[in-house]
Amino acid sequence: MKFFKRKSRGDAAFDLINGLLLGLIVLVVAYPLYFSLIASFSDPQAVYQGRVLLLPADVTLRGYQKIFSDQSIWTGYLNALFYTFTGTCLNLLFTIPLAFALSRSELPLCGVYMKLFTFTMYFYGGIIPLYFVVKQLKMLDTMWALILPTVVATYNLIIARSFFIGNIPEELREAAFLDGCGYLRFFFLVALPLSKALLAVMALFYGARHWNGYFEALIYLNTERKFPLQLVLRTILIDSQAALSMTEDATTVADKQQLVDLLKYGCVVVSSVPMLIVYPFVQKHFVKGVMIGAVKG
Amino acid sequence: MEQAVRARRLQKRRAFIKRFKQTRALYWFIVPGLLFYVLFKYYPIYGSQIAFRDYSPFLGFWKSEWVGLENFTRFFSSPDFWKIIKNTLVINLANLIFGFPFPILLALMLSQLSNQRMKKFVQTVTYAPYFISVVVLVGMLYTMLSPYSGVINVLLKRMGLQAVFFMGKKNLYVPIYVLSGIWQTSGWSAVVYIAALSSVSEELHEAAIVDGAGRLKRIWHIDIPGILPTVMTMLILSAGQLLTIGFEKAYLMQNSINIDVSEVLSTYTYKRGLVDGDFSYASAVELFQSAINFAILVAVNRLSRRVNDVSLW
Repeated sequence: MKFFKRKSRGDAAFDLINGLLLGLIVLVVAYPLYFSLIASFSDPQAVYQGRVLLLPADVTLRGYQKIFSDQSIWTGYLNALFYTFTGTCLNLLFTIPLAFALSRSELPLCGVYMKLFTFTMYFYGGIIPLYFVVKQLKMLDTMWALILPTVVATYNLIIARSFFIGNIPEELREAAFLDGCGYLRFFFLVALPLSKALLAVMALFYGARHWNGYFEALIYLNTERKFPLQLVLRTILIDSQAALSMTEDATTVADKQQLVDLLKYGCVVVSSVPMLIVYPFVQKHFVKGVMIGAVKG
Repeated sequence: MEQAVRARRLQKRRAFIKRFKQTRALYWFIVPGLLFYVLFKYYPIYGSQIAFRDYSPFLGFWKSEWVGLENFTRFFSSPDFWKIIKNTLVINLANLIFGFPFPILLALMLSQLSNQRMKKFVQTVTYAPYFISVVVLVGMLYTMLSPYSGVINVLLKRMGLQAVFFMGKKNLYVPIYVLSGIWQTSGWSAVVYIAALSSVSEELHEAAIVDGAGRLKRIWHIDIPGILPTVMTMLILSAGQLLTIGFEKAYLMQNSINIDVSEVLSTYTYKRGLVDGDFSYASAVELFQSAINFAILVAVNRLSRRVNDVSLW
């Protein structure tokens, strides 16, 4: 009772409306994803009749059977896993030490480097010259073209640098140096163990980009067996002709259309699951751990 | 006098060299990153001189003939020019007007939730779409908005209404583009504002409560002024992207029906350059885009610094 008395009537009304609106937002955001999930397990006929709204109807695994027996999806999946893992490791290897060094104000020309790097966020040479650079480096049609040209994202670099500035104070360095540490040992033994939140968030940011991107693969790769999942999905999800070719065992046109729809919902689920499982674990670091420094810096 | 200046300069140089030597180990950290920026950022900027040449595969990228501004004038006088600029601006302005305020509202609403578990739940759900790919997003749009099998049309038909071929309507392209963008990125974009809100002083709120200020009043007089610098920063950043529309989504949503409103600079560059092989022309288009973006950024940044003391540099 006491709790209610403390709130004025206006505030109580505000809370109610705020809660309802947020509830509505949650519904609008989550439903399409939830719908894809239940539709991927339901008979397409039930979807067409509008019987699949809250729960799957006429449960079937035909879509998933089809997806898991498709060679190009498997290859794409494995490629994407490999590119994402290798790419993210290299991203961290390049970005984190660079951000650390740039966070030390005693570094000569520190400001000059930062200006040089941030300038590239606002002005860029464009994809055409970059394509020729990649070509000149003989990286066309190799996985390196997907990884090296984006190995440092300046935005992430700035976030990481702000994190180091905010969390690894100068006093800590002085103390460590008094104990006989150099920069290398200070970085590995003191700074990195204090930066687990940063590493998690950076790995997620970079990882999501590798897993979800298709542009680089589209322009740099020619060989089909090197395609990452998103490029394979593009043909299935968006170019219906390609999806139809996967359904040769279906006899009638209507049957084919149904199988295509089932495949599409299944693909949405299969390709989104890894990210949607991983990110909630990293989420708690987003605001408190990492972004605060970025906002202030 | 002269001697003193010289002595001081020498001293400064010595101090610099000393600092350089002391921080020598840090160069292990910097050199790989520096190499990246030189090779994949500055070298392409240098390479964008291809926009002023006439690329010929026989002469090679660096030896093709100079043609001055010919590629630019070809672009400006092409019938596509105004259409593409207009499409790009329409989408970005619609995004700015309808998409920009949404994350701010969401962050403010979230900050008013007192139940921490609820808060976390809402955040987890609203971030989620950011982590699905645009391929999946556009795939979902095509599937769910499909005229015969899409769930939206199934519902419309059930209510006795006509089915609508959403993805096949020119005038629905921009709304679908913007709305799906709001759906996918609002939660994520709110993170920055949530972080800014969490550093708004608690004491101000407590003082306001003592003075009897209600929720709305405190949002209006404390929270919003508190995050205004962040809002301005984000606004400047999006102003600097006025001619940029991400290739991935625009390209996937394009079809022969909506091409008149969906052709934007990034998709045009890709097609003319990497598909047709007119590299010089495409590079000129990109350089034009980058230069205009940069000019707008500088102007807006200067304006913002003068008007409300917020600037990027």
